[in-house]
Amino acid sequence: MARVIVVTSGKGGVGKTTTSASISTGLALRGYKTAVIDFDVGLRNLDLIMGCERRVVYDLINVVNGEANLHQALIKDKHCENLFILPASQTRDKDALTEEGVEKVLKELGHMGFDYVICDSPAGIERGAVMALTFADEAIVVSNPEVSSVRDSDRILGILQSKSRRAMEGREPVKEHLLVTRYSPKRVEDGEMLSYKDVQELLRVPLIGVIPESDDVLQASNQGTPAIHLKDSDVATAYQDVVARFLDEDRPLRFVAYEKPGLLKRLFGGK
Amino acid sequence: MSLLSYFFGTKQKTASVAKERLSLIIAHERGTNRAPDFLPELQRELIAVISKYVNVGPDDIKVQLEKQDNCEILEVNITLPEQPQR
Repeated sequence: MARVIVVTSGKGGVGKTTTSASISTGLALRGYKTAVIDFDVGLRNLDLIMGCERRVVYDLINVVNGEANLHQALIKDKHCENLFILPASQTRDKDALTEEGVEKVLKELGHMGFDYVICDSPAGIERGAVMALTFADEAIVVSNPEVSSVRDSDRILGILQSKSRRAMEGREPVKEHLLVTRYSPKRVEDGEMLSYKDVQELLRVPLIGVIPESDDVLQASNQGTPAIHLKDSDVATAYQDVVARFLDEDRPLRFVAYEKPGLLKRLFGGK
Repeated sequence: MSLLSYFFGTKQKTASVAKERLSLIIAHERGTNRAPDFLPELQRELIAVISKYVNVGPDDIKVQLEKQDNCEILEVNITLPEQPQR
């Protein structure tokens, strides 16, 4: 059976798809056979972020309904050998996702030799989001250091602890990780943004990483390249660290302390 | 620089306000959303039993389940009426 990881948050726009794309890419680059599934039926975007939007023929709902098989629907990533994307349907209704259907797809991915399946959850707490987390073994809860995002993260943690299969069957609970994104060390230092420690203290979930706020994320999505591929980018390095920590490697936190820009930088600008 | 320090000097430190508000609302919502199904029933039965012996109303008994790491604490708070018993 493949290890199923849900990337979730409750709130929209916090970086779930960016995170799903980068973590799945990171795992594939480490040699693990990885599939990333878009659960946002009706509003798919993972295909755009991964840069495979023009190669979508079949989708998750087609596979669930038996209109296509997994081999036909999985799109091989253009950068990584071991990475496959299963897009969401753009036209169907969210109710097309059934628990049995999703379970069947996940089982089949396991039979196909996948090591990891990343489930990119839609925002909200409705059917799509619940389906994405139902079969999770681990959860990466993405949160911005901002009040509504933290509150929604707490809500989704409650749902993980009550509606996931592991919770329903009384098995070992879903392993939770907190990922703080769009972090601005300067604003934290100025006392105008929650620190990652604050967020962690509030949510009481082990921290897997902090992704700095950066213009690079837009640059990456513009091109359809997962942010982890970017050269000389803090965001890429931060995501590589997240993948390493996920694989139980020890990595100190980076990009969380504010460094005052030097005189030259202040005079001439620069990133 | 003087312009910069002017701005920095007057900026409010709002992160601590955010943290305080969040810790309150999260604690509250955890209490209501994650409570197991039996809590309301337990509360009703406790009221029924205790009111047999002491004059307490439904609002005088509070049942809360708190979670700390791996440990769950069931807290039952009963406010007894104020008049002396003897």
